[in-house]
Amino acid sequence: MIDVFVEYGHWLISLSIVFGFIMAFGIGANDVANALGTSVGSKAISIKQAIVIAVIFEFAGAYLAGGEVTRTIRKGIIDQQAFVNSPEILVFGMIASLLASGLWLILASRLGWPVSTTHSIIGALIGFAVVGASAEAVEWSKVIGIIGSWIITPGIAAMIAYTLFVSSQKLIFNAVNPLEAAKKYIPYYMGLAGFIMSLVTVKKGLKHLGLNLSSSESYLICGGMAFGIFLLGRTLIKRQNIHHRFKQSREQQFENIEKVFAILMVTTACCMAFAHGSNDVANAIGPLAAVVSTIENQSIAVTTTLAWWILPLGGAGIVLGLATYGKKVIATIGQGITHLTPSRGFAAELAAASTVIIASGTGLPISTTQTLVGAVLGVGLARGIAALNLKMIRTIVVSWVVTLPAGALISIMIFNALQAIFTI
Amino acid sequence: MPINSILDVFSKSPLKPLIEHIDKVKTCSHVLIPFFDAVFRQDWEAAQEHRLKICHLENEADTLKHKIRMRLPSGIFMPVERSDMLELLSQQDNIANRCKDLSGQVIGRNLLIPQVIQADFLPYTQRNIDAIDQAHMIINELSNLLESGFHGKEVELVLQMISELETIEDDTDSLQITLRQQLFAIEANLNPVDIIFLYKIIESIGGLADLSKRVGSRLEIMLVQA
Repeated sequence: MIDVFVEYGHWLISLSIVFGFIMAFGIGANDVANALGTSVGSKAISIKQAIVIAVIFEFAGAYLAGGEVTRTIRKGIIDQQAFVNSPEILVFGMIASLLASGLWLILASRLGWPVSTTHSIIGALIGFAVVGASAEAVEWSKVIGIIGSWIITPGIAAMIAYTLFVSSQKLIFNAVNPLEAAKKYIPYYMGLAGFIMSLVTVKKGLKHLGLNLSSSESYLICGGMAFGIFLLGRTLIKRQNIHHRFKQSREQQFENIEKVFAILMVTTACCMAFAHGSNDVANAIGPLAAVVSTIENQSIAVTTTLAWWILPLGGAGIVLGLATYGKKVIATIGQGITHLTPSRGFAAELAAASTVIIASGTGLPISTTQTLVGAVLGVGLARGIAALNLKMIRTIVVSWVVTLPAGALISIMIFNALQAIFTI
Repeated sequence: MPINSILDVFSKSPLKPLIEHIDKVKTCSHVLIPFFDAVFRQDWEAAQEHRLKICHLENEADTLKHKIRMRLPSGIFMPVERSDMLELLSQQDNIANRCKDLSGQVIGRNLLIPQVIQADFLPYTQRNIDAIDQAHMIINELSNLLESGFHGKEVELVLQMISELETIEDDTDSLQITLRQQLFAIEANLNPVDIIFLYKIIESIGGLADLSKRVGSRLEIMLVQA
């Protein structure tokens, strides 16, 4: 049995690397709009700036904070013990899952459906596990937990977005002197964004880099980061040099406030790219990591260490995907979305980023698209957005429901094919 | 590969087109002044030209109106009620319709406006157009209202503007009474049909301020439903 590994081990690893990389590429291309769409759409940053931010922060998120979710995808959904006697099935299954979800991503994109990369890979994993081992090989409680989170996370994102937006209205837009209020309060929002970002990195992500910090040290560092970004915000705002003509019309005032919000938007875009990297890199490399550790150990690995090159590989794939194909996607958004202003974009993206990062911290793989939809609805409910297309949301929800079984089916087909090819 | 993104969730905002529409309506109504000027001079060719301009602008407003309606399918989620928005649009459009109708009726009979009334007639028309201008200003605040989430200072400002609109409309009522009194005084000297027609036209013009006031009220209701 393990002759397969001896004979074809390097083939299998190569295959899984290639498919994993393709998957990461697809994730980068597909999801970059989630991370940066509202920033480009609200004209806070240009497409070039968006790509630069995405490249830096997606990679950082993947490398620094991606370890936790990877663990769940690798171990959590499937009970690896079920494959102890036939580890090659696990390997075939992981490779099949990678290819299946990659294919589904491409197919659904052709159909014009915004797909959840997370749902694709999970559906594929479930598919092969049920066929390759048995229905008991799947940790259904975890699956139900994940499905539950798909309802809860948009809800949480909506609540956070609503609160953020209403707070910005009360503190800034309805103040006696809105522009001064904006200059005063936006650095705080920036600090908040920085705090959330650094909190999860420090608490969950640095362990595999060999850094172990005590709880109080963690909070201190996060506080420091937050303060640093707060000061940076203050400086950038001063540099903006917004002209203060006496008696500006209300319209001009609002315009200038949005300019200040644009600075905040950039912080939030970084946050979102980071969150997306940390959450979604696992979709590509989870299975890859399982394959590598199984083949190298010639058995199901009990330990949970990731080979050092896996996270960077995933990060690189994502970055390549977004820099090449993702750029085209963002270019079509570049036309600007009517009435989407930085203040709205910030509330939605920061809420989504916070929700994703928090969920990543707990090890739950969630859909960034879903979270963002929830956040956008939250802002809409606070009367912040001129018009939302509820029918589109319905399409998105349908595509989510369909993705699980579709991924499973494709995965089963490929799995059977692989088994046939490699065990002649 | 067409990739639908989350951003398709954002639908095209109807607010900007609504503001464009009231712009058209305002421009249309302004042509009434040169129109009546020509009517006073009995320069029917010039009057006809102005009338054509009014018709043209009214058509453009109609086109905008249809475009806006198309853009508001039932699946749209807005910060204000969709039905309110459509109602507001209809009220705005009625103003342009009224301008077109009344210019048509005046031309149709080559209506002679008596010297006695002419002095107060133009200011009366102008005051009605002031009401339309005020409505235009109010509708233009829609983007600011959205910016402030339909809350707070901005709403107070707009409500203030709406109450100013009511004052203007009251003005036009008093001016209308004066005009009718003037007409009443010279009734005996005029052709009865002409008299009836003149009363109708005066009322019709007064309707412009009424319609503007309705636009304001409609917006007030929308805001109060916060």
